[in-house]
Amino acid sequence: MNKKRMSPKEKNEERWAWLFVAPTMIGLIILNFYPIFQTIYQSFFKTGDFGKGNIFVGLANYQTVTQAAETWQSFWNTIKYALIEVPFGIVIALILAVLLNKKCAGRSVYRTIFFLPMVCAPAAVAMVWKWMYNTQFGLLNNVFHTNIAWISDPKIAWIFVGIIGVWSIIGYNMVLFIGGLQDIPGDFYEAARIDGASEFRQFLSITVPLLSPTTFFIVQTRIIGALTIFDLMFMVMDKTNVALPKVQSVVYLFYQYAFVQNNKGYGATLVVLLLIFIMILTVILQRVEKKIVYHN
Amino acid sequence: MIESAQTKDRIRRVLKHVFLIIMAFIMIVPFAWMILTALKTNQEAISVNPFYIFPHNGWHWENFGTVWKSYNFIVLYKNTLLLIFFRVVCAVLTATMAGYAFGRLKFRGKSVLFALVLIQMMVPGQIFIIPQFLMVSKLGMLNTTFGLVFPGLVTAFGTYLLKIGYEGLPKELEEAASIDGCNVFQRFARILMPLTKSSMVSLGIFTAVFAFKDLMWPMIVCTNADTTTLSAGLAKMQGQYGNDYPAMMAAATLAVVPMVVIYVIFQKQFVEGIATSGGKL
Repeated sequence: MNKKRMSPKEKNEERWAWLFVAPTMIGLIILNFYPIFQTIYQSFFKTGDFGKGNIFVGLANYQTVTQAAETWQSFWNTIKYALIEVPFGIVIALILAVLLNKKCAGRSVYRTIFFLPMVCAPAAVAMVWKWMYNTQFGLLNNVFHTNIAWISDPKIAWIFVGIIGVWSIIGYNMVLFIGGLQDIPGDFYEAARIDGASEFRQFLSITVPLLSPTTFFIVQTRIIGALTIFDLMFMVMDKTNVALPKVQSVVYLFYQYAFVQNNKGYGATLVVLLLIFIMILTVILQRVEKKIVYHN
Repeated sequence: MIESAQTKDRIRRVLKHVFLIIMAFIMIVPFAWMILTALKTNQEAISVNPFYIFPHNGWHWENFGTVWKSYNFIVLYKNTLLLIFFRVVCAVLTATMAGYAFGRLKFRGKSVLFALVLIQMMVPGQIFIIPQFLMVSKLGMLNTTFGLVFPGLVTAFGTYLLKIGYEGLPKELEEAASIDGCNVFQRFARILMPLTKSSMVSLGIFTAVFAFKDLMWPMIVCTNADTTTLSAGLAKMQGQYGNDYPAMMAAATLAVVPMVVIYVIFQKQFVEGIATSGGKL
């Protein structure tokens, strides 16, 4: 069978290698690859009572899902959330990273503080923000003497849910940016300084292009992270909140259908659509990457 | 000239710190408000006129004790700890083995298998959840630690991370080991594995933090209050007692504090662990 005869030593190595990758590969096949197909398969079925007696319905789930205004609204809600979390979370993090990259007083204290939300359960974070946003008793309205329904006014609630997302992610993005900044050789800045370039000029001509792989990486992972947001919406938005339909994300809707209403077929259909959407976006992003990212 | 350049520099430095302090303040406020509310009585917490920032009739530390007992926090801690422990052990163990094979050994099917690892990393995790739930349910493992750990028995991301770790080690190590008569396993266990300790620590921290933060999976597989984790437990409490604000904030504090304390002590490892793992993702 083999073109090349393997030496006993190579054969031995191969046996060990297979043994070593076996747990991971078997696990991935059972836990991840089989489920991908199972989910797609399930999206063609109507879930029977108590999850038994599934009936094949063809594309009926897709029809119902794509005809429901709620579906498109939830996609739009998710995109709007991403439009807040991704750009603001990244720009603020970049500014902080540039400021904290050079030695300065209290640098490690600042870094510790900004990174803090990263080690906190989003469930707890969301509870605290929900309490601060409380229209009647909340910190924000009482300190600013306003009467804003931050998270229960359907017109603006998405913005303030997005702000929680920004607050939660800044520190993480910042740490990734600092990692990228430290890979930029110091002599570049040295040379620019000798040429008399201002700090802002150095930022634009050295930092921005050389940091672009890091930036692009963060943009890409954050977009996908934001499009699969769930915890925030689930914890912040009460089921009775009138703004819920204008805030609930695709994954929130998926959870509601698949696990609260126990309609696995419908839930599977939603998540397959989300998968397709994210795949298309990933392909587009890869194309964009080749055009704009600076490679040495 | 020199003097004006110095003043300019000083102004710039002051502005920088003003900005950093404002940002740090914004980051701290929710935590401060969480703890301050936890120390009030409910009447104080919902008092608007006057509005109290600080508790004004004593600091009610006993709120923590009350919440601790009434929501059975000891069980939530235990479940979360078990989840984290087994996820970390499974992830580090399987990823180290697979990472070594992918990073250092030659075998047929390597590129195909590694492509599977990369594909898994690109697919959003929600697509796995329904079948994973059905499997746990069929195994009769709902409301068990095994059910909680289940999706994290192996890790594509960790395999990728460790593969990079093993690839980065110098080639000469194995040659020297072969001459010394070490077999494949001995080379792995005695020589190479100890050198990837930092990758293993990174993966461990990364796994622990994300297991701790996960909300949807524990809500799905562990619906009983005494089998679930801190995150999912908080969701349950909010659904039931959402209007007792000091209690909710005390619960949130109890859920967050252990990880924050560990983070502050092992800061360097945490930030590096999460950043190097995240950065390579």
